Amino acid sequence: MLINKIGDIKSSEITEKQLYLSRREFMSTTASSLGALVTGLTAPSLLLGSNEARAVSTSKFNNLRKSTFSTTESMTSLKDVTNYNNFYEFSTDKYTPAQMAGTLNPHPWTVSIEGEVKHKKIYDIDSLIKLAPLEERIYRLRCVEGWSMVIPWVGFPLNELIKQVQPNGNAKFVEFVSLHDPKQMPGQRSGVLDWPYVEGLRLDEAMNPLTTLALGLYGEVLPNQNGAPVRLIAPWKYGFKNAKSIVKIRFTSTPTVSSWMKANPNEYGFFANVNPTVDHPRWSQSRERRIGEFSKRETLMFNGYSDQVAHMYNGMDLRKFF
Amino acid sequence: MKYFSQLKAALFLVCLIPFGRLLWYGYFNQLGANPIEFITRSLGTWTLVILLVTLSITPLRNRLNWPWLIKLRRMFGLFTFFYALLHFITYIWLDQFFDIGSIFMDVIKRPFITIGFAAFILLIPLALTSTNAMIKRLGGKRWLLLHKLVYIIAIFAVIHYWWLVKKDITQPAIYSAVLLILLGYRVIKPKLK
Repeated sequence: MLINKIGDIKSSEITEKQLYLSRREFMSTTASSLGALVTGLTAPSLLLGSNEARAVSTSKFNNLRKSTFSTTESMTSLKDVTNYNNFYEFSTDKYTPAQMAGTLNPHPWTVSIEGEVKHKKIYDIDSLIKLAPLEERIYRLRCVEGWSMVIPWVGFPLNELIKQVQPNGNAKFVEFVSLHDPKQMPGQRSGVLDWPYVEGLRLDEAMNPLTTLALGLYGEVLPNQNGAPVRLIAPWKYGFKNAKSIVKIRFTSTPTVSSWMKANPNEYGFFANVNPTVDHPRWSQSRERRIGEFSKRETLMFNGYSDQVAHMYNGMDLRKFF
Repeated sequence: MKYFSQLKAALFLVCLIPFGRLLWYGYFNQLGANPIEFITRSLGTWTLVILLVTLSITPLRNRLNWPWLIKLRRMFGLFTFFYALLHFITYIWLDQFFDIGSIFMDVIKRPFITIGFAAFILLIPLALTSTNAMIKRLGGKRWLLLHKLVYIIAIFAVIHYWWLVKKDITQPAIYSAVLLILLGYRVIKPKLK
């Protein structure tokens, strides 16, 4: 019933998107088939390598479950989602990561689970993808800078992973560590932030059903500039909380001091919940510009996810714990 | 200077390029994912660049011994005002959409907007007194004194940029360094004589 409801509302957009994706797929398959043909004719022994490359490049996810958390708002275009990125590991300019992120190699990739946890282990990205059924989750994303998008992520609830690895009684917080490799991420040669990029959640926030480990967007694997191959999505928090290109998930008894908290403790707090009533010290957070729209819109408490998350902050002074 | 009027006309056109570029990008839908941010930043950047060009006229004239350079200063000064005005209009029109209450709150609550707003307000009397008739009316000395405001405006403008940036202060630092040299020259010069 729920699936029907969402499917019906979104039908026009889904068609358009699928058309777009199939066109992309057609192009990439044609290109790699041609490549394979040429390689096959000239050097048959290389055919295997070419096929492998194709397996990586056809990167579409099939049979995605539709999440009941998805918004029915119109989605931000794929072009804007993949060209307007804050990814300081590549550049502090927002249009540059899309051009620079080719140096990142998201495959092979591992994510290690460490700290206060029963099953310390290392997930290969290919097994991580199979950890739980993948869902399409269409979420609002609100950047601390005052702009927002609506993005169809592909991923699964982080709590699926947490249940598998079983944090012990000391685990109160979860830390997410991004890749630190200036060869792959040239922006890390600058000291603009303290590398590696780290972010953290309280354990209950990490367990919240909204919290997502995202592996893709718009039905395909994450483009490098969007944090390939795996990133965090906590849609009721400002965008910078959503660590990208994660290599380590650590369970801790104390809260993480994130890269942004180190950079400017007065401006970026641990919680960073979207809150129109608590301004950034230098600019207002009451309104936002949705990318693709002309006028600004009102920013919603917890980015519109109060029903799912407000209970976690009962009795807390959100002005103090910003 | 033999070809002065041609040079001036050419520089006039050069100063219009940043504006033309925005119109071009706008027409061909090349302003990116956040067009209003792009326009605001671009106009702000060029205001600052042309302001620094204006401030470099006097030092260059003295160092190079090119007296004719001074005749370009007014044009650059007015272009500074032109881009500052467009930057300001973009803010109140495209960004805030004439929401007076919100603009007022911004100006009193956001230091980077307060100081940018102040810089723009201070620029207005300079633009208004830029004509020969006004120079005459005010008298050279008073006019010069009034136009010393440009130093404060430039400092405000650079601070405005500095306070706006989230973390990467490379760009504002470059503009500050250039301004420091240009103002430093004026402090040191009397001692050189």
